[in-house]
Amino acid sequence: MTTRHTLSVLVEDKPGVLARVAALFSRRGFNIESLAVGPTEHPTTSRMTIVVTVDDLPLEQVTKQLNKLINVLKIVELDPDSSVQRELLLVKVKADLATRSHVLETVQLFRAKVVDVATDAVTIEATGTADKLAALIKVLEPFGIRELVQSGMVAMGRGSRSMTGSENRLRSAS
Amino acid sequence: MTATPEQNLTGAQSLVRSLESVGCEVMFGIPGGAILPAYDPIFDSTKLRHILVRHEQGAGHAAEGYAQATGRVGVCMATSGPGATNLVTPIADAYMDSVPMVAITGQVPSASIGTDAFQEADICGITMPITKHNFLVQSAEDIPRTIAEAFHIASTGRPGPVLVDLPKDILQAQTSFAWPPTLDLPGYHPTTRPHAKQIREAARLVAEAARPVLYVGGGVLKARAAAELRVLAELTGIPVVTTLMARGAFPDSHQQHLGMPGMHGSVAAVTALQKSDLLICLGARFDDRVTGKLSTFAPVAKVIHADIDPAEISKNKTADVPIVGDCRETIADLIVAIQEVYAAGTRADLTGWWRQLDGWRDTYPLGYDEPTDGSLAPQYVIERIGRIAGPDALYVSGVGQHQMWASQFISYEKPYTWLNSGGAGTMGYAVPAAMGAKVGRPEATVWAIDGDGCFQMTNQELVTCAIEGIPIKVAIINNGNLGMVRQWQTLFYNSRYSNTGLDSRRVPDFVKLADAMGCIGLRCETKDDVDATIEKAMAVDDMPVVIDFVVGEDAMVWPMVPAGTSNDEILAARDTRPVWGEDDV
Repeated sequence: MTTRHTLSVLVEDKPGVLARVAALFSRRGFNIESLAVGPTEHPTTSRMTIVVTVDDLPLEQVTKQLNKLINVLKIVELDPDSSVQRELLLVKVKADLATRSHVLETVQLFRAKVVDVATDAVTIEATGTADKLAALIKVLEPFGIRELVQSGMVAMGRGSRSMTGSENRLRSAS
Repeated sequence: MTATPEQNLTGAQSLVRSLESVGCEVMFGIPGGAILPAYDPIFDSTKLRHILVRHEQGAGHAAEGYAQATGRVGVCMATSGPGATNLVTPIADAYMDSVPMVAITGQVPSASIGTDAFQEADICGITMPITKHNFLVQSAEDIPRTIAEAFHIASTGRPGPVLVDLPKDILQAQTSFAWPPTLDLPGYHPTTRPHAKQIREAARLVAEAARPVLYVGGGVLKARAAAELRVLAELTGIPVVTTLMARGAFPDSHQQHLGMPGMHGSVAAVTALQKSDLLICLGARFDDRVTGKLSTFAPVAKVIHADIDPAEISKNKTADVPIVGDCRETIADLIVAIQEVYAAGTRADLTGWWRQLDGWRDTYPLGYDEPTDGSLAPQYVIERIGRIAGPDALYVSGVGQHQMWASQFISYEKPYTWLNSGGAGTMGYAVPAAMGAKVGRPEATVWAIDGDGCFQMTNQELVTCAIEGIPIKVAIINNGNLGMVRQWQTLFYNSRYSNTGLDSRRVPDFVKLADAMGCIGLRCETKDDVDATIEKAMAVDDMPVVIDFVVGEDAMVWPMVPAGTSNDEILAARDTRPVWGEDDV
């Protein structure tokens, strides 16, 4: 069954790691829906959040292939029900005197915020799940969207456990 | 324990010290601008033999041949840009066949990287999909650790090629050297110990199966587990098939050996897999050349799949019992576990299964027809080389018809006596790989069995052999054609021979060519001369010998499972479908 999967991938922070991971997906014939990468609490470790739509069996294969990359430390699939998943949206919306109050009302409703104001436009920052951001965009569209940029998803498991905790043990064991 | 670092040496000196310290004795390469600093200390090294090849592809295949013959890491070296890209084919070949290899390439100076400098190529980017790992060294201090990591990664777990790219300024920089360095590979932990629960489950299935087959792949050789395999086979009495990469892992003369499975496998081996109720897959990977049409492969069999690479398990064929681990440890544990199950009273009777297997084996033995046009049969030539050179010789083949015949008609009794390009199917592998094998095993007779097409791709390394004193023997099975492609044209393209005729029985003259390259050149055109010519070559031990065996062009490789069809469609010979009989399984 084809479903969306969210993979959290801990990698060594070394040159070329992003290329290795991205190239692996393309050469094994998988499309990445979104990919976000950034630092973690460990200075030598980066974390990628990869969203991919794929059947369960090929997903197992791609996870195993990812694990073979020397710079990949750990892979966890995050279940949407037990993880926090967020994307960041910046959207520039037309807002003149006539429509500005309506736009700001929408911003309030979605618990977004205005980060820049011009005479005829506002720039809105919002974070949330993909669904929430899609809903916000839909409501803003009638006002006129000038420009839009959206990040890949970042995600983290709920509860007190840390994905990177066991990685420390791995490092000390080696 | 790390010794006090030596000070004031160059990155290049550190590289050579690292290679010496990691145990590298031989490397194959060609110098050039960016790698030039490394060649200066190589000139002084007394521990490291550098063999100057004539083409970087030859260096790469020689490193492979050395590695496959000895089990040690093969090393090749090239300069930046075209030097490095010429290594791409052997690197890809080593990746497909899991050959431990370290390729060292020069790179333009760090400051020039990305500027399209002279002889610049992003070789790390280019080889990313065909290496187990690669490194672009960023600092001269990192050289010893990087070399140690490269050898460690190449030789452990599932072996494979590792490339180390060294910018020229880093080779020239002043640095210090200490050995051994501390490896920093937090993400690399190959699983070698098989899981006890899976071993027990596998042992139970083995003891209960009525029609089991040991499906043995190259991983058994990589794990150096041929002795353990024999114990397992004889303990259980289960038939063995050895894939193209595993020829020699189990003696061909052994009563339980059914031969090679796959597209050109024996009828008995192919059929045994098809009718089996339990495949015990050891270090093999269900390659399409073995399975044929996957959905119809071994349809009723349960699968025990043991491999050191977890990604191979259930990749093509779902495993009922997956076992991740080193093949030698896996087989050793299986032996103990199976003995326990037997002791507890469970053991299926294989008499009926063997009756069927023997029937297929007796009815459809490997064989060939003598050509009706009076020409020399290529299979006969290869068979005679195997008989005369014997089971202690090493046989290195190219890719094509001669490769299949060499796998079929030479009897392999010992591991590491059969070297070929299996996964990648690289024409031109034989001559340089035989050179590398001979360097690694100088006491052994090494025969390259090559086609005239393959030979014309990499024969320049015979010059290297002649000058460096590497007396290999080359049998060119010269049918004047790209024989395997021609066979497909005969069978599937209505005998329209588009661009497969090489005319190499006229041009080049291989005897003269051999002579020009400092080798002894011989020619053989008749059956009566075959033995005498082979024996003449066997008597030479100080020069490379090339024999031009002029053979018929119409011989075909049989049996054959046409590409994309089910193994059930195997043809024992042209238009000859085996008859299984209604009561067969």
